[in-house]
Amino acid sequence: MRYNKPALITGLALAALVAASRAQQSDIVIKLTGGQKKTIALPDFRGAGAAAQYADLFNRTVFEDVQRSGLLAMAAKSFYPLNPPQQEPDLRPTPAPGAPRRGEQPQAPNCNGRCLSDWAGAPTSANYLGFGYAAENAGQFVAFGHFYNTGIADPNAAKVFRKLYTGALSEDGARKTAHEYAADILQQFGVPSLAGTKVYFVSDRSGRGTKEIWVMDFDGANQRQLTQFKSISFTPAISADGLRLAFTTFAKGQPQIMMYSTETGRFIPFFNPPAPTNATPSFTPDSQQVLFASSIGGFLQIYVSDLSGANARRLSNSRAIEVEPKVNPKNPSEMLFVSGRGGLQQIYKMNLDGTDVVRLTNGEGEASNPSWHPDGQHIAFAWTRGYAPGNWNVFLMDVASRETVQLTHGEGKNENPTWAPDGRHLVFSSNRTGRSQIYSMLADGTSVTPLTRDGSNWMPVWSK
Amino acid sequence: MKQRHIAITILAVSLFLTAAGCKKKQPVAPPPPPPPPPVKVEKAPAAVINSFTAEPSTIIRGESSTLRWSVANATAVSIDGGIGTVPASGSRQVYPSANTTYRMTAKGGGGDAIAAVTVTVTTPPPPPPPPPPAKASLSERIAKDVQDVFFDYDKSEVREDARATLQRNADAIKAILNDFPSAVISIEGHCDERGSAEYNLGLGDRRSSSVREFLSQVGVPAERLKTISFGKEKPFCTDANEGCWSKNRRAHFVGVQ
Repeated sequence: MRYNKPALITGLALAALVAASRAQQSDIVIKLTGGQKKTIALPDFRGAGAAAQYADLFNRTVFEDVQRSGLLAMAAKSFYPLNPPQQEPDLRPTPAPGAPRRGEQPQAPNCNGRCLSDWAGAPTSANYLGFGYAAENAGQFVAFGHFYNTGIADPNAAKVFRKLYTGALSEDGARKTAHEYAADILQQFGVPSLAGTKVYFVSDRSGRGTKEIWVMDFDGANQRQLTQFKSISFTPAISADGLRLAFTTFAKGQPQIMMYSTETGRFIPFFNPPAPTNATPSFTPDSQQVLFASSIGGFLQIYVSDLSGANARRLSNSRAIEVEPKVNPKNPSEMLFVSGRGGLQQIYKMNLDGTDVVRLTNGEGEASNPSWHPDGQHIAFAWTRGYAPGNWNVFLMDVASRETVQLTHGEGKNENPTWAPDGRHLVFSSNRTGRSQIYSMLADGTSVTPLTRDGSNWMPVWSK
Repeated sequence: MKQRHIAITILAVSLFLTAAGCKKKQPVAPPPPPPPPPVKVEKAPAAVINSFTAEPSTIIRGESSTLRWSVANATAVSIDGGIGTVPASGSRQVYPSANTTYRMTAKGGGGDAIAAVTVTVTTPPPPPPPPPPAKASLSERIAKDVQDVFFDYDKSEVREDARATLQRNADAIKAILNDFPSAVISIEGHCDERGSAEYNLGLGDRRSSSVREFLSQVGVPAERLKTISFGKEKPFCTDANEGCWSKNRRAHFVGVQ
């Protein structure tokens, strides 16, 4: 279905709107940033002494964090003035333009980068300037981050913030301080930082034919294996408080649910109903209950239980396959699930008491992997609409209006989109380059960034 | 402690010497008479058989034993049992087929000597009985007699063409379960790669359950049939075409002892 006029998905995190990159082809326009994007210049920090070896990593991390936010336009580095400031005293007030000599055009003042006007003017044309330097202090990596509004000539009035960031004298320390500095910049524009958030995912890199649960930082750093079953473990789900990880595993034969504490790194007993299949767990928004699919009654149907698996209670009631229950984070009495009750698999919504079942996708193709936006009004999901069966693409839907927008367009199979806590980013898997890998992207489908490289990787979930 | 030990030793030695010194001395015996002068021997000496052995003295029929002998002062040495005259010392391999006593006669100018050895012959143990006809293993029986059944896309109902296969499978499984009283048959449900991994766990579960229901309705004991869904995690083949997909939409049978 197509709309004559671009409809609006309202309620995404930011104030005003910008056309999606594919606004012309796309059914709806996503609201992500305000009006014209502001432009930012981020000249490289230089590192003194032992901090010098980590300066590149620091600069790259800051740049990527700010760029990935999709919030600001990045001024071209080749246009930067040659002599950027490193600390506050380096900045000079913009000199008054001298009287033009006879017969010449008036010259714009130029201090080679030491005046904010150097950055505001062409060709850099930046609205904001972030600068500073890194040094070693008492065995620590210390970054002095500055952020200035270049539209104000007086450096004192133009200062947005200046802050000291301290971390270990290591790659980890450089990355941590860079994330913090980038987060402080993005916060000036009302965007919560993703620094510190994690992405859980599934990988076969420890052995072909096996699938283990892994975790990494939101930007792909620090990839780490959590399970060691040499079996198939997948469909990870993380509780809203970030403390529990649940997943489906073949480690004991039939597919069953397992629970893991992210705090202690230990497995927590979970009582599986005596069924051939218990699978696709997820948590209620209060992190106090588990929803899952169980075939104890014949077909896989949706159940809810305590965190221990006790007091399991059936929620759906059909003679069809139903999986992937997802409770609305803003309305805990409402849930999504995937069902074959009408034929091929589609996404449905119902109340947790089993009433008011409605199909959300229109019956075309096959639909799966619903993921609630943190606002509880929009979902991301995988759909084969418009493509042959098995050719999944990532779509968004405004649940109230059922309006959809397609974010990927046949670049391989694109599956399992889940939202970042900021509601502006998604992670998903795609085999667009051959093997399946994890990517992040903005909610308008831009800034697609690979996060994994080794082996094949699937089913990412973004945790706070 | 050490001093005391020495004192005890000295005491004991002196007591012994005292006691020995008190023994009454025996009178000295007179010397024996001289031997008579040797008689001069005119005759040749008698033959002496120093040794006559069979090694080993017990054999299994078909093996050999070695006779060894050494004779002195003989003019002629012979062994019976078909061996005949032999030198004064030597050896000979013999292959008796039954218990045999070999007699040796050594003739000497001063007299003959006779000795005998017996070689005991045992019959070899019978060969092991021929192995019983090879019994096929559980997995071999299933691979030979039980066939996969296939499904339509997104369907778990047993297809018309699969019913005949399953009927044959049921007979084979009954026979197999009879021959392997502790075995259980695991029915695996598999799917092609197109549906989502999550949904396919349910589809594989349904496929294996449908087959289990069919088999139990035609008399296979349900308690010896278990089901497991592999969804699309263990495809039979990995090409992206219908030929391959149709092979992956299957129920597969595995024996569990």
